[in-house]
Amino acid sequence: MVLRVSATISVQGLRKSYGSLAAVDGISFEVEQGEFFGILGPNGAGKTTTLEVLEGLREPDAGTLSVLGLPPWPRNPALLPRIGVQLQSSSFFERLTVREQIGTFASLYGVPARRADEMLTVVGLDESAGVRTEKLSGGQAQRLSIACALVHDPELVFLDEPTGALDPQARRNLWDLLRQINADGRTVVLTTHHMDEAEVLCDRVAIMDHGRVLELGPPATLVRGLDSPVRISVESGLLSATDAAAIAAAGGEVTDDGVTLTFATRQPATILSGLADRHSLAGLRVQGATLEDVFLKLTGREYRG
Amino acid sequence: MKLGALRSLSRAMLRGFARDRAALVFSILMPVLFLLLFGSLYKNTNAAKVSVLEVGKVALLDQARASAPRQLGQVMTVTRSASLPTALSDVRKGSYDAAVQQQGRTLVVHYSIADQTTAGFVQSLFASIVQQYDAQAAGTKGGYTLTAAQVEDKSLKPIQYLAPGLLGWAIASGGAFGAAITLVSWRETKLLRRLRLAPVSTGSIVLARVGVSLGVALIQLAAFIGIATLPYFGLKLSAYWWMSIPIVACGTLAFMSIGLLVGSFARTQQSATAVANVIILPMAFLGGAFIPLNYAPAWINDVSYAMPLRYLVLGMQDVMARGEGPASALPAIGILLGIAAVLTAISVRVFRWDAV
Repeated sequence: MVLRVSATISVQGLRKSYGSLAAVDGISFEVEQGEFFGILGPNGAGKTTTLEVLEGLREPDAGTLSVLGLPPWPRNPALLPRIGVQLQSSSFFERLTVREQIGTFASLYGVPARRADEMLTVVGLDESAGVRTEKLSGGQAQRLSIACALVHDPELVFLDEPTGALDPQARRNLWDLLRQINADGRTVVLTTHHMDEAEVLCDRVAIMDHGRVLELGPPATLVRGLDSPVRISVESGLLSATDAAAIAAAGGEVTDDGVTLTFATRQPATILSGLADRHSLAGLRVQGATLEDVFLKLTGREYRG
Repeated sequence: MKLGALRSLSRAMLRGFARDRAALVFSILMPVLFLLLFGSLYKNTNAAKVSVLEVGKVALLDQARASAPRQLGQVMTVTRSASLPTALSDVRKGSYDAAVQQQGRTLVVHYSIADQTTAGFVQSLFASIVQQYDAQAAGTKGGYTLTAAQVEDKSLKPIQYLAPGLLGWAIASGGAFGAAITLVSWRETKLLRRLRLAPVSTGSIVLARVGVSLGVALIQLAAFIGIATLPYFGLKLSAYWWMSIPIVACGTLAFMSIGLLVGSFARTQQSATAVANVIILPMAFLGGAFIPLNYAPAWINDVSYAMPLRYLVLGMQDVMARGEGPASALPAIGILLGIAAVLTAISVRVFRWDAV
């Protein structure tokens, strides 16, 4: 198999075992320049190991890989300034302020302090510049950690579960920042166990489980590939059982759990117009399949992130 | 190796240290407090005159007191006692420091080892009285010229061995804990791994850490000398005291290598702290830092040869307090550097970047 070095990342037949456990069991994929690429899967799927091998932190047991046209192992000083890495935990020097922290990282890359201050503005930590990093909230620490990963303006950014321990509000705030990083022209590789996050952010995702890539492609394509019915739901009690059955007769199944009346259908237009004709749209929700359904179909089990 | 990276790493570590109150207390304040405590304890025992019971007639003592009343009066008070059993019981109870009797041409000094400093002082005091007498009897010139100063030179004032001992312990703890905790906590927070992903060499990281530890050790040295030479403590630095600077530097390297080895094995900060304590604390007792080796039981003295701390403490004592020349420090320096080299080589072999 020929390695395409023109791709930002190219992986062929990568394997990595710890003892008898095959953490990564023969995976292949490519990431194009400027792409937002997601590696998705439950804990223990092999996401982090894949990332560590790409970053050059671990030696692969087998397979060929190139990152920005270079082999990442052994530790490649020519590659390091071109990649930015945000690790799972917030890895900071003890008892430094936000500003000192990013200033230290900047100088490791020979970047002036002015640029470090600009990065703080980008991630919205201007006002916390004098705060000790130990006192930051989870979301702020994650922002600082991302700022430290970006301070030397890398072409390729690795983010390992950046929203792992954050509350929903902080997660959504961070998504905006991540989109912006990608919009600036950087290639971003993200691991996450949140299916919704991958769906929202990524151009393409690789769904992993037990060290293998189960499916690879744009989230929307993967979901459409399921060809699963759309679920249309309204409040219970708006429609009589007879009316509901009449609408469902046009193509679909109806269930009522006493709170919500749900149609599962492949002809959503017919069902929706049927509901509209009867003025029964209160509490309307239309849900397509999600990546979680893709995972369910691929593995035969519920997704637990 | 980039100079800018080295500088900013050093600055980050120094800030981290200076802002860590526990570390400041542990490495600088606590040893100084120990010095205050031990210093004033020993100071008082030695400042008081020794009280001596003269049992029966002791011609030698009477003669000595007659010929040098002022000098001897400064260091001892003499009380007459008729009964030996009573006198011995008084010494045993600690009411008097010594009982002395003359049997023919033999001077017998009874003392209690409950207070070792005083016991040593009493012995050397009478040894010098006898020496003076012998010299006189041999027909050499001089008569009684016994002075208090002469007596004190024989038994080192406590501060002279206390200061190097406690300083040695402070430097040993600072070096070992500094290296072990930094390594383990950086591994735990994955900062070590993060630094590995930055274009900065391992040499820069190690050099920055060593530089900061050396700086801290020199601050400890300066603080100690500053406090111990205050009139209250009365440490008299001898001419080549500055040789203690290279000894301190080499001692720091040796104990950092111990910390490095501990940090290479320990998984958590708690276990690193515990293991470093288990190594350093007994060594403080067995290596001459808390118990001066001159006064320690023979077995401690034997064991101390295996303790790196012995070479640090005695090396400093020789050049700071005993007035030895600069060359006297070289064996200690050599041994400390040897320890550093061997342990660092082992650490490099067992070093792990990651906890897994």
